[in-house]
Amino acid sequence: MLIVRRPVRRLLVALLPLLALAAAACSDPMTTTDPQSDFADTVHGVYQIVTILAAIVFVAVLALTLILAIVFHERPGRRAQQFHGNSKLEVVWTIIPVAIVTVIAIPTFRAIADTTDPAPDDAITIAVTGHQWWFEFEYEGTGLVTANEIHIPAGRATSFLLRSDDVIHSFWVPQLAGKVDLIPGHENELWFTPHENAARPEPYLGQCAEFCGLSHANMRFRVYVDTPQNFSAWIEAQQASRIAPANEATAAGETLFLSSSCVGCHTVKGTAAAGSIGPDLSHIGSRSTIASGIMDNDRESLIRWISNPDREKPGVVLMPAFESQMTQEQIASIADYLLSLQ
Amino acid sequence: MATAVETLAPPATQSGIWSWITTIDHKRIGALYAITGFIFFLVGGVEALLIRAQLAVPNGDVIDPELFNQLFGVHALTMIFLAVMPMGAGFFNYMIPLMIGARDVAFPRLNALSYWIFLGGALLLTSSFIFGGAPDAGWFAYAPLTSEQFSPGRNMDFYVLGILMLGVSSMAAALNFAVTIINMRAPGMSLLRMPVFVWMTLIISALLILALPPLTVALLQLLFDRHYETSFLSPGGGGDPLLWQHLFWVFGHPEVYILILPAMGIVSETLPVFSRKPLFGYSAIVFSGMAIAFLGWAVWSHHMYTTGLGPVQKSIFAGTTMTIGVPTGIKIFNWLATMYGGSIRFTTSMYFAVAFIALFTIGGISGVMHASPPIDTQQQDTYWIVAHIHYVLVGGALMGIFSGIYYWFPKMTGRFLGEGLGQVHFWLMFIGINLTFFPMHFLGTAGMPRRIYTYDSGMGWDFWNMVATIGALVIGVSLLVFIANFFRAMGQKPTAPNNPWDAATLEWATTSPPPEHDFDLIPIVRGRDPLWFDRDHGHAPAAAPDSAVHIHLPPPSYYPMMMAVGVLLLAVGPMTHLVLTAFGAVVIAYSVWGWALEPTD
Ligand code: HEC
Ligand SMILES: [Cu+2]
Ligand SMILES: [Cu+2]
Repeated sequence: MLIVRRPVRRLLVALLPLLALAAAACSDPMTTTDPQSDFADTVHGVYQIVTILAAIVFVAVLALTLILAIVFHERPGRRAQQFHGNSKLEVVWTIIPVAIVTVIAIPTFRAIADTTDPAPDDAITIAVTGHQWWFEFEYEGTGLVTANEIHIPAGRATSFLLRSDDVIHSFWVPQLAGKVDLIPGHENELWFTPHENAARPEPYLGQCAEFCGLSHANMRFRVYVDTPQNFSAWIEAQQASRIAPANEATAAGETLFLSSSCVGCHTVKGTAAAGSIGPDLSHIGSRSTIASGIMDNDRESLIRWISNPDREKPGVVLMPAFESQMTQEQIASIADYLLSLQ
Repeated sequence: MATAVETLAPPATQSGIWSWITTIDHKRIGALYAITGFIFFLVGGVEALLIRAQLAVPNGDVIDPELFNQLFGVHALTMIFLAVMPMGAGFFNYMIPLMIGARDVAFPRLNALSYWIFLGGALLLTSSFIFGGAPDAGWFAYAPLTSEQFSPGRNMDFYVLGILMLGVSSMAAALNFAVTIINMRAPGMSLLRMPVFVWMTLIISALLILALPPLTVALLQLLFDRHYETSFLSPGGGGDPLLWQHLFWVFGHPEVYILILPAMGIVSETLPVFSRKPLFGYSAIVFSGMAIAFLGWAVWSHHMYTTGLGPVQKSIFAGTTMTIGVPTGIKIFNWLATMYGGSIRFTTSMYFAVAFIALFTIGGISGVMHASPPIDTQQQDTYWIVAHIHYVLVGGALMGIFSGIYYWFPKMTGRFLGEGLGQVHFWLMFIGINLTFFPMHFLGTAGMPRRIYTYDSGMGWDFWNMVATIGALVIGVSLLVFIANFFRAMGQKPTAPNNPWDAATLEWATTSPPPEHDFDLIPIVRGRDPLWFDRDHGHAPAAAPDSAVHIHLPPPSYYPMMMAVGVLLLAVGPMTHLVLTAFGAVVIAYSVWGWALEPTD
């Protein structure tokens, strides 16, 4: 992190755009300047051209302002020259912005074309539905439904069909692509191909980028870019239905889960739980976070969440607080069961 | 007189509270606008400080999410509609008649009505904090989040009805100023001899007249969707939430120019005066102002690049948006050329004007950057955009307004704001602005979305958020210095001569402050920069013949204020009981009656 120590402000002002680049490049998880897909590359290419131009204009205009202010400061004996304009000069500085704008426009138009051509045929298609305040993902043609965390393969295109169930949201994973809105009554499409070498164990962080109500700040998600082999393995594991309880504790948890109102809202494949109001929990144990990325997926968080979701994520009204209906032991037993759904 | 029986006799006194409530003097109305605007500016500032306090550190819990989500939207609404626009209106009201050599605006009572409706709308909007919750869907209030289903409280009703009222006020004011500027100029002041500030006001009036209808339509659709079962904006009933976005931004983009053009007009006055030379490229500045206003109608979808526009639409709106950079660039160069060859007096007003050029340029540059749709997909709805709007509106509009305040203060009050305190105010504010808003570029580049009440650490956002919050405090301190300066100045004896800055425009030809009728003699204009023209050509100031013989000033009136109360009742009805609306209609009808029959001599 860069820390401004000395008050060399004027110099600094001139250097700020460069600082911006430097500051953002240092591996912040949602940085927009470390692209990891073809889409993000295209955007970043235009961004770099434009940023360099912007920096030049910035330095030039600010320097000019400063110089004029110093040179033409009043002093004894100076008289202001009286003139009203100069056509030649004015033509020149009409041409300068025209030229700059043209230089920006050409790569812009090219990038627009590049980022809106149709997805290749072999692309994986994921339907994304925005809910207040979580993302639902459905892998087309596989029956696989999940929430807030997805896996996609490196080096192969993935196409997202973006819809919303309630208000407008926006789908944004800065390192992988620019944002596209999820609008009720519309379907938008976004596709990109992560770099071959973009696969890594840590997720790429995403976040809803359109204000969508009380917990907009808490509507986050994660995209794991896998190697093709890991991706196939993941798909296969996620397609499996009902994971039989491995021990008595989880068996008790399952019974409790299936006999409470959870089943009206949540689905666990292969069981009687077939609700569709909340996230699909068939493989909840394999996710690293719950509640759209705001809590780690562990026993303690699950207990807190089931006890009172609204306390963890303000505004969650659909899922009731169970602390008044169940004992902490019962909730813990359900949590154990959920964690076993790998 | 027969009609006097039906109408209320105007108050006799010239001082006291009733003289202000019934005033139709453009100078007093201007002062009311300016002071009200400044008070709301402080309100908006406090809102901003609360927001910055919450965001200073990750997982902050200074305020709860409900309040935060109200604050960021209301902060924007307050600053735009209740602070910057009215402070601009304060200058229009006070200065336009003086600058064109008139004795008042074309419709003085309508002018008072504009102010009172504005005040009603402002109070309605702000009172929402007390009555159950302020609007909490951001200032652009995207459907369908604003529907009855997703916003069941009264919050969004305050938004709809408050803004509708403010729209009525602005529409009346815009028509008034357009008519005034076109019809009431002093003899000899042809259009191309008008001061640039007057030009900008004329352009803004045109923008308002054209921009408010789409907003009004959108607001009415929302009102009817919420209360009368229509579904213009909800997909469930066959409507389309994107319709709101189009209508809103057809208003919203020109609105940006409505906010910035007054400042451009002001610095086009102050830069030449303090450089002691005429404005460079007057015609280019005027025509580029028109070009900006004209192009401003063809760019609204640049706010919607992420909504799924097709490639052709994106390219067209990118093209038009970037094109606006050209007239803007021309203006900046012309202002710089105005300083060239001058003998610059660095008064506080001049400091603000020069800072305006620098800071507005930064906002302009970042604007051209996200005019490019691909780039915008990464910057839209992030702190990058927050940085951009604040460089334009704080670094631009507000710096211009302060340049104007320091410049015209002696004309308006007969007193000078202190230069020493003024410099302290300027430097604190200048540093504060850059400390607050420049880091937001870094935050945006690091992916921080706007409108989030909380964020985790480890995102790389901690440091710059803290810096921004410190910067906001510095801006706050600078405003305290300004307020101190104001009260210090008001405690002094009025000593300002007619034309303390050796300025060129007509308002400096009358006394400071001007008499109620503005000019004893209506001046005759012989050239652009009339006072300099006379000075340089050795002319004695000339006056229109007979202009002192009959000075007609209409008497004060109760009706504008009364009608505004009626409009307020009209607006409160839909969210309380329609009986109030009916009652409001009666009050309005009575006011129209009295207004029409009121004797005007
Ligand atoms: C009335 C519907 C409803 C009921 C009943 C309900 N939930 Fe939920 N649940 C939801 C919704 C909606 C969410 C998504 C909330 C969010 O993240 O904003 C959710 C989220 C969750 C999550 C987090 C999932 C994830 O991937 O982030 C878990 C775990 C969960 N519920 C468990 C339960 C359990 C266990 C029960 C029963 C004891 C239960 N829910 C009952 C609606 C319900
Ligand atoms: Cu959101
Ligand atoms: Cu715009």
